[in-house]
Amino acid sequence: GLCWLASGPASVTAAPVNYQIPQEVAVFKPGPNLEVVQGNCTACHSADYINTQPPMKNKKDFWQAEVTKMIKVYAAPIDEADVGKIVDYLAAAY
Amino acid sequence: GGFGGTSALAGDVVTLPFANGERPLVKYPQKRPMIGLTSRPPQLETPFAVFNDGPITPNNAFFVRYHLAGLPYDLDPDKFTLEIKGKVDKPLKLSLKDIRKMKATEIVAVNQCSGNSRGFFEPRVAGGQLGNGAMGNARWRGVPLKSVLEMAGVQAGARQVTFGGMDGPIVDKTPDFVKALDLDHAMSGEVMLAYGMNGEDLPFLNGFPLRLIVPGYYGTYWVKHLNEITVIDSVFDGFWMKSAYRIPDTPNNAVEPGTTPKATIPINRFTVRSFITSVADGAKLKTGRTTLRGMAFDGGAGIKEVAVSTDGGKTWTNAKLGKDLGKYSFREWKLPVKLASGAHELKVRATSNSGETQPDAPRWNPAGYLRNVVETVRVAVA
Ligand code: HEC
Repeated sequence: GLCWLASGPASVTAAPVNYQIPQEVAVFKPGPNLEVVQGNCTACHSADYINTQPPMKNKKDFWQAEVTKMIKVYAAPIDEADVGKIVDYLAAAY
Repeated sequence: GGFGGTSALAGDVVTLPFANGERPLVKYPQKRPMIGLTSRPPQLETPFAVFNDGPITPNNAFFVRYHLAGLPYDLDPDKFTLEIKGKVDKPLKLSLKDIRKMKATEIVAVNQCSGNSRGFFEPRVAGGQLGNGAMGNARWRGVPLKSVLEMAGVQAGARQVTFGGMDGPIVDKTPDFVKALDLDHAMSGEVMLAYGMNGEDLPFLNGFPLRLIVPGYYGTYWVKHLNEITVIDSVFDGFWMKSAYRIPDTPNNAVEPGTTPKATIPINRFTVRSFITSVADGAKLKTGRTTLRGMAFDGGAGIKEVAVSTDGGKTWTNAKLGKDLGKYSFREWKLPVKLASGAHELKVRATSNSGETQPDAPRWNPAGYLRNVVETVRVAVA
């Protein structure tokens, strides 16, 4: 990558940025239909968005609401047929 | 230092004090090891011990919050342009050079994520599960938004100004991150376009090369990689204003835990908060004299007083306030205390110049915003 040139507030030009983030390491917990979740839930963000959610009392409702939100609000392209599998996996694994 | 060749993990794990609170300590370019929340998009929390080092949060320890994973990783500051458009007489395209040539101003101001401390909500709520480290205080340098809007000439009938950054969604139909301020607020002279932070350029992850500074307001308004300002003659109805970042329209913006508010308004100014920074929860202290230290801040009235209790809230003593860096800054405090052997609950409570103070019991809202309960640090003294 290109080097960052230390530049104070008075500097006007700076080298182009080529910012490199560390490699992604978060993975989903094991469970049935893991590959459906991997295929549908990692396009827009890493798995740690899911891994760090709190352990809820009603897991099924919580994850159903999350998956619905991803589809309705953020336009996640998820097949109707996969929704049940994803919710079951999430409610069991998290 | 270079930007590439980073190791994925610094190796250690931090445990935030709530269920499922284990987080990796991660190392990013321009950052010291930070508490990793998500890696794509990057979201980093400041290790709390940093706040005991002084009232200014170093750039390399400042928290990072993104919503959408399309970051402008390849960004040429020489090609960067800020566009000012919409209901203006003279639409503008300003380069970074143009902006840096304008008369600069500086302000010390806290930036705090709306969801700071969300992990402590009970019942728990969805969203970024943060401890108390999604806040920071910096000296920002740039130009008043007002100056730029005046250059462009705001037209009669204008009502709001919207702000967009270079980061964007991965899927086209995901709503882009755009925020809005009322015109009066945008023209107040306090809102700023900043290129400098604590005497350096903004770190990339904090919005290089230009970000909005909205003193006293939650971080959601502090749009990063800011390149689009639009004056509109309506109230902006984009997702991130109309549906997200809403708080109950009730007294204290709270509802009964676990319930849904009937009406909501956009999140706005910080609630008043204070922290003990010199002693961590669960610490062991020596019997006798010690000086407790910490800081307080609020949404812009400024801190009037900070009171400390060493007996779980039965008695309170006013602390000595540190240097006043401005009404939007962290305000340091300290208090010498004498601790007898045994278990103690240390508490701290700030009051702002407008009379706002912190509640003894946590307030609740479904999005996990605005937390400002009186904080408690439990120590064993022997
Ligand atoms: C089309 C894009 C997209 C897809 C696909 C997607 N998400 Fe998301 N997800 C988002 C966005 C955008 C956010 C909000 C980011 C923010 O505010 O930080 C989010 C946030 C989340 C969060 C954090 C909590 C919250 O409600 O904000 C969870 C949990 C989550 N997604 C789970 C999932 C799961 C499970 C799937 C697959 C079934 C999925 N996502 C697929 C876009 C997507």
